[in-house]
This record gives sequence, C-alpha cells and structure tokens, in this order.
Amino acid sequence: MVEKKHIVTAFDEDLTTLNDMMARMGALAETQLFASTEALIARNPSDLDDIIKRDKELDDLEAVLNEKVIEIIALRAPRAVDLRRVIVALKVASTLERIGDLAKNIAKRNKVILDTTLKTQTLPSIRTMTSMVLKMLNQALDAYIDVDALTALNVMEADIEVDKLNTVVFQSLIEEMSYDPGQLKIGPHLLFVAKNIERIGDHITAIAEQIYFLHHGEMPDQDRPKADRSSSIALS
Amino acid sequence: MTDQATQTAQSKHLKKRYRAEKRFKFFGLAAICSAAGILLVLLGGLTQMSIPAFTHHYVTLDIAIPETIIQAEQVTDLAAMRKVNWRGMVRQSLRNEFPEVTDRRGKRAIGNLLSGGAGDALRDKVLIDPTIIGSTVAVALPLSDDVDLLLKDLIDRSLPEENRVISDRELTFIDHLEAADRIDRRIAWFLFTSGDSREAEMAGLRSAAVGTLLTMLVTLLFSFPLGVMAAIYLEEIAPKNRLTDLIEVNINNLAAVPSIVFGLLGLAVFINFFHLPRSAPLVGGMVLALMTLPTIIIATRAALAAVPPSIREAALGVGASPIQVIFHHVLPLAMPGILTGTIIGLAQAAGETAPLLMIGMMAFIVDTPMWIDDKATVLPAQIYMWANNPERAFQAKTAAGIICLMVFLLLMNALAIYLRKKYEKRW
Amino acid sequence: MKRDGDMMLSTPKIKSSGIIVEYDGKRALHGIDLDIYPNEVTALIGPSGCGKSTFLRCINRMNDVIDNCKVSGRLMIDDTDVYDPEIDVVELRARVGMVFQKPNPFPKSIYDNVAYGPRIHGLTENKDDMDRIVKKSLKRAGLWDEVSERLDDKALGLSGGQQQRLCIARAIAVNPDILLMDEPCSALDPIATSIIEELINELRERFTIVIVTHSMQQAARVSQKTGYFHLGNIIEYGETNDIFTRPQNEQTEAYISGRIG
Repeated sequence: MVEKKHIVTAFDEDLTTLNDMMARMGALAETQLFASTEALIARNPSDLDDIIKRDKELDDLEAVLNEKVIEIIALRAPRAVDLRRVIVALKVASTLERIGDLAKNIAKRNKVILDTTLKTQTLPSIRTMTSMVLKMLNQALDAYIDVDALTALNVMEADIEVDKLNTVVFQSLIEEMSYDPGQLKIGPHLLFVAKNIERIGDHITAIAEQIYFLHHGEMPDQDRPKADRSSSIALS
Repeated sequence: MTDQATQTAQSKHLKKRYRAEKRFKFFGLAAICSAAGILLVLLGGLTQMSIPAFTHHYVTLDIAIPETIIQAEQVTDLAAMRKVNWRGMVRQSLRNEFPEVTDRRGKRAIGNLLSGGAGDALRDKVLIDPTIIGSTVAVALPLSDDVDLLLKDLIDRSLPEENRVISDRELTFIDHLEAADRIDRRIAWFLFTSGDSREAEMAGLRSAAVGTLLTMLVTLLFSFPLGVMAAIYLEEIAPKNRLTDLIEVNINNLAAVPSIVFGLLGLAVFINFFHLPRSAPLVGGMVLALMTLPTIIIATRAALAAVPPSIREAALGVGASPIQVIFHHVLPLAMPGILTGTIIGLAQAAGETAPLLMIGMMAFIVDTPMWIDDKATVLPAQIYMWANNPERAFQAKTAAGIICLMVFLLLMNALAIYLRKKYEKRW
Repeated sequence: MKRDGDMMLSTPKIKSSGIIVEYDGKRALHGIDLDIYPNEVTALIGPSGCGKSTFLRCINRMNDVIDNCKVSGRLMIDDTDVYDPEIDVVELRARVGMVFQKPNPFPKSIYDNVAYGPRIHGLTENKDDMDRIVKKSLKRAGLWDEVSERLDDKALGLSGGQQQRLCIARAIAVNPDILLMDEPCSALDPIATSIIEELINELRERFTIVIVTHSMQQAARVSQKTGYFHLGNIIEYGETNDIFTRPQNEQTEAYISGRIG
C-alpha cells in the first residue's frame, strides 16, 4: 500500500520517526537472537554477557516508542489507516521487546550450558531453527514498513516449519537425556532454549497478524498455524 | 537595497502619507466651515429680517361698552355679533383721546391710526367675557401696519412728508399717545392665530399652516401604504425578471421628475377629468403623494434589504409562510428605516410649491380650512404670496414665514432622527 | 456507494433517490441516494462546497427560497415525497426543524422565540398550554435552568452557546420528527460545543437528527452514521465507526486521514 502524503507534513515526519524506531528495535532483536545462538555454537561466553546487558537497550527503545505513539495520538488525532498503524506499532514494539527478553533468556541458559559439558546432536537443528526464525523476523519487519499483507501471510506459514522442527528437537533431547541420565542436569536448559526459539517464532506470527490487520482493517480469518506437538508428547 | 536605505525610504513615505492625510482633513474642515458660515449668514440675515414681524404695537384705551349694543346671551350668535359696530366703537374711543381734533380729516386720520382689525380685538374680548358689557374696560388695540413700522424705526422720520407714508399730523398724534404711555409693544400672536389678510398687520399663518397639515395628512395617507406595499412586493415577492427590473428603473426615474410635472398631471387628471375640487388639500395631497412615492419606495426597499437573511431563514425554518415572515419579522425590523424615509419624504413635500401652483393652491385664503375638500393654501405658497406683496410690512412677515416653515421642517427631521435612534435594533 | 449488510434492520426515516440540485444550470448535487434512519444522528462530512449543506436544505425544502434553484429526484420522509406538488411546505417545515450555523434567535424575548412556532401553527389553545410547551422545549434544550427566571429578557442578550440552544428549543417546540443541523457549533467555543453535542445525544431519543459538520472529530463523536460528500456526490456512507477506522473508498480514506488527493 503506497500512501499519499499528509497535508500536515509534520504528521508524515512523525510516522517516519515511528518506522525508524521500529526498524532499530527490529534490528536489535535480530542481533540479540543471532548472537546468542552463535555464541553457544562457537562456545564464546563473553559475547553472552554482552547480549544480556544489551537487552536494556531494547527495553528503552520500547519506552521511547510508546511515548511517540502517545504523542501522535494526542496531537494528530489519527484516523483510519493512520490509527491502525499507530496501534499496531504499539503492539509490535511490545512483541519485539518480549522477543528480546526471550533472546536474553536464551543467552542466560547458554551461559550455563557452556559452563558444563553438554553432549548433544541437536545443535545443528537448533541453529536451523534460529536461522528460520531470523528470516521470519526479517521478512516481518520489512512487511511492516511496506504494509505488505501477502508477505505477512507467508511469515505466518513459515512458523509451521519452526514448530515441526521444535517437536523434533524436543523428541531428540528427551531421547538423549533418557539415554544418558547424567545429562539431566543440563539437558533441560537446551529444551528451554529450543522452546524459546519456537516461542519467538509464535511472537513473529503475532506481528504478522498485526501487519495483516494494518493493511486490511481486519484480523486474518485463520487461526495461528500451530504445528508444535511438543506439548502432547508423552514422556515415558 | 540595504536595510537602512529601505527604512529611510519607508519613513519618508510615511511622512508623505501623514502630510497628505493632514491636508485632506484640513480641506474637509474648511469645507464644513464654509458651508456652516454660509448657512449662518443666510439664517442670520433671515432671522434679523423676521424679528419685526413677531411683535406689534398696541394702544391701550378705556372703552365703555354700552349695554344696548348686545345682550350677554347673544354673544355666541355670529349674526348678532356681526351687526355690532365694533369698528366704530374703537375708532371713537381713540378719537376721544384727542378732543381737540374736530375736523373731519383729522378725525379720519386718527381712526386710521388703528388697524382694520382693531374692532375684532374688542369683539373677541366681549366674546370671551360677556360680563363686561355695560362697563368700561381697558382694551389693547392693534395699531395700523404703517404706524407699527414707524414705531419700529423702519420708516424714516426725517424724510420729507411727501415721501413718508405717515403725515406730519399723524406723527403728532402718535407722539402724543406715546408720551401718554398708551402704546406698548407686544408679541404678535395673530401671526399664528389668524389667516391671511389684506391688512398687513392682521395677516397670519394659521390658514396656511392648517392647509399644510391637511395636505400632509392626505399625502401620508396615500403615499405611505402604497409605497410600503409596493416596496414589499418588489423586494420580497416579485420574481427577479425583466419586468421587475423595468418597474424598478421607472420608480427610480420618477424620483428625478421635476415637481411641476406632477402639478400638471394633477391638473389634467384630478381636476379636469375627475372634477375634484380645485385648491383643496385633497388634490394637493394626492399630487404630493405621487412625488413622495418614489422616495418612500426606495427607502423602504433599502430598509427591507437591510434585514439580515438569517432572520428570514430562522422564520422559514420554523414553518412561517413567506407572508408571515414579512409581516411578523422583516417589516417590524425595517420599520425605523421606513419611518425615517417617510418623514424625510414628507418634509420634502411640505416645502413644495410649484406643483401646487398648477392646481390652484395659491388663492387668497382667509378662513381656516376645516377638511380636505375646503379651499386651502400651504405655507410655502403663502410665503410666496407675501413676498410678492409690495407693502412694507409684508417684508418682515415673509421672513417670519420662512423661519416658521424651516422650524417645521427641522422638527420633522428631528422626529425622523429620534425615531430611528430609538428603534434601531442590533442583531 | 453503500456498505451492504451493515445497515440496521429498521426502515429509513428519510430516503433520497437521485436528488439532483442545479443552481442556474450548474449542478451542485449529482444524484444523491441516501437512507437516513430514525432516532439516529447521521453526520454529513466533506470539504467546502461539496454539497452537504445543499442536500440538507433539500430535506426541508429551504432551497425553494433560492431563485434559479432546481431540485429533481425523490425525497421520501416516511411515506411522503417531500417534493410532491400537493405538499404544503409550511407544514413540512413544522415536521422538519432546522438549526443554522450562526445562532439566529428572533429579536424578541426568550419566551416569544420559543412560542412563535407553536403560535403560528396553532398548536396551543391558551396561555397555560403555551407556557407548558415553552418550558418543555427549553428543558429539552438544556436551557431551562439558566433562563427560567428571565423568560421576558431579550434573546439577543444570551451568550452564543445559549442562543444556539434557544434556537434548538425553538425548533423542537413545534414537535418535529426530524432535526436538521447545519454546522450548529462552528460559531461556538469548545465548551459550548460540548454542551450542544451532549444535547444532540440526548435529543436523538426523540428525533432523527441530520448534522452537517466540518469537524471530523465532531462527526466521530456525535453520529452513528456518516456520509462523505465530495463535489456533489456521496462517496461513502456507513457506520461512523467503520468510516473512521476502515473506510472502503480511497477518496474517503484520503479525506479522513488528512491526505492530499
């Protein structure tokens, strides 16, 4: 949707500022997630400390964005697509902040994992999950700027694969831990790491729904695609 | 251009503007002052000329009224009163002041010192108070106009007798009366209370004033309803097409038609065709009504147009019909303007002479007209007739008449201003 | 252009079909089809000169007083075509009241202003009846408390907001079904505006209200349905909520969000 300019140019400037803030938050969230998984694989704990500290930046960015949204509502009285954009910005920012929190949690758990010896085969899958989710995030952020509902729908579809992969990782980890009970002290952390990545995927799907709403003025009809069967796997 | 250069240029320009404005104000003031000056000169001259007409000299004599001349009850009977020789009585009583004068000529001269209407003064006194019949009363008798002028120093004593209106002998009589303190100067009420007369000293404005009033009444009764209705029709009801434009143009042109043309119209149509009485306020009023009609129509239309459309819309919105809108809302609000226009139109008509000339209202009218079909004259006509009279005394009277007419017109205009100010509504 | 399926199930109070208005041969309205529903506030919005006031004035035939103005098409109020030659315009205007942009009370007393309408329509038999009607109308217009002690005072001595409420009282005194309001608050300060908007909300229980407004915020606050006019056409008409959050038409969107073009 290519939007024409507002008569009041300050309004356009405000919306551009909002987009910039969103882009910055998105980039930061991407970095956080990528870095934490890479640090695990490269066995580099110092990076993890940086990640944990940097989460505050994301929180601050969200606070600033909130302020901007409130300002726009008070001063510009946005209507129609402008109103939707502004409300969606609020929700997407909050979601990005939560993604950041999840990335921080991943980093924390990775620290613990690196401190010990973990024997697992699931790392490549986890890496794959991470890159899938990163791609989703990247697409979603572009779709937000462009108000591209079609890409948003694709993003929602992609989450299915992430969920499937998470189910596989879950099963593998359970098998590994039941094979080597010594791993029980550290295995669950990895479970959580994988789960967090899957949850990030779900959040990105929520972002995609908002983008669809921004474009069409209505939420998408279908339920959020869920293919995560991990909650129904019996543990024996 | 540098900032400083623009500033200097600007302030120079500003000074020029101020100078031009000062000049303009000066010219405006000069114009007003010269107009006021001319007006003062005119009015001053007029007033000065008119002063003598407002006073008259009277000689006070003791007159014995014999019982035989009339009965007290008969005083109201006009015929009986007329039979009494009032004139003879007063002349005789003046002669009694000069017992030494025995010759016929002298006696006649003494009698002629009195005004022709001196007898009426005695008669009126008896009329007011019949009880004085049979007693002797002091009566103030008006002197003739020549004597009056002499006493006002308007006749030169030093002139030789042939050129003087008053003979030497008459002079001695007058001086004698003056020395005896019999002569005094009073306000000449008859100027307002009596009609025209050949005797200069008796001539008054009453019949002309009443004639003017009656004529104005007729003018008002004809022109006001017609004018206001016509204006309402043209302004509110008539569709805006060629015909309406034509009517408008013609009405505006009527206002510029010379007034004498209306007189000719009145003569031809009202008098010759409809055989209405000549010289009557009815015809005079109708002719003047035709003249005043355009003024009233134009003023009324302006007043109606000045009523803001929001009032009309409000009334229409509540469900008033167009006629109700006009009569309940527009007309009351326009009334001050309409009244002002009407009064100004009437004031203009009050000063018109030429058209009334044509229909004969220049006759010599002594009796006060009672109603609109009596013969009458109007103030401007009366003034004109007096102006043409060669007798000396009429000079001052003409000026006095003009002053009276002007006061009348001033009062009418003041009424217009008062009404407008009082009923001006702001919306 | 109407939105299907969103309309209320009740029948329209006012139904216009193909209303065309021409001034001196120039078209101001190009065929308006619009349904206005009872006991609702319908707002007409659009840029200056788009024809919304012209359309409003068609409903009570105020355009009749303008020379060289031709109206064609059908405008039904309930089951009557307002432009039927048999219709008495004076009676129509008692059924359809109007409030104007600039408050225009008559230069009479407050009482006489409200009493004028009932008087000329012969709605009362005696003074008590009239007193009742005046009191009821002033109460409904939210003005009674402020003027009950001074009904004989000049109406023009009231403040702008009070004058406008007096005009509303005057309009409702004749017990109309429909109330037309042509930018009623544009000459008033924000507080007076709020008072009148609140009043409009209360009045819609009894009357069907059509309001023309320049302020989109006001339309959004006050109305249940909104119609967007542009250059003599109605571009979009629907629930106020929808028009202001997700208009269907590009032009509407542009106008609502303050965009050029």
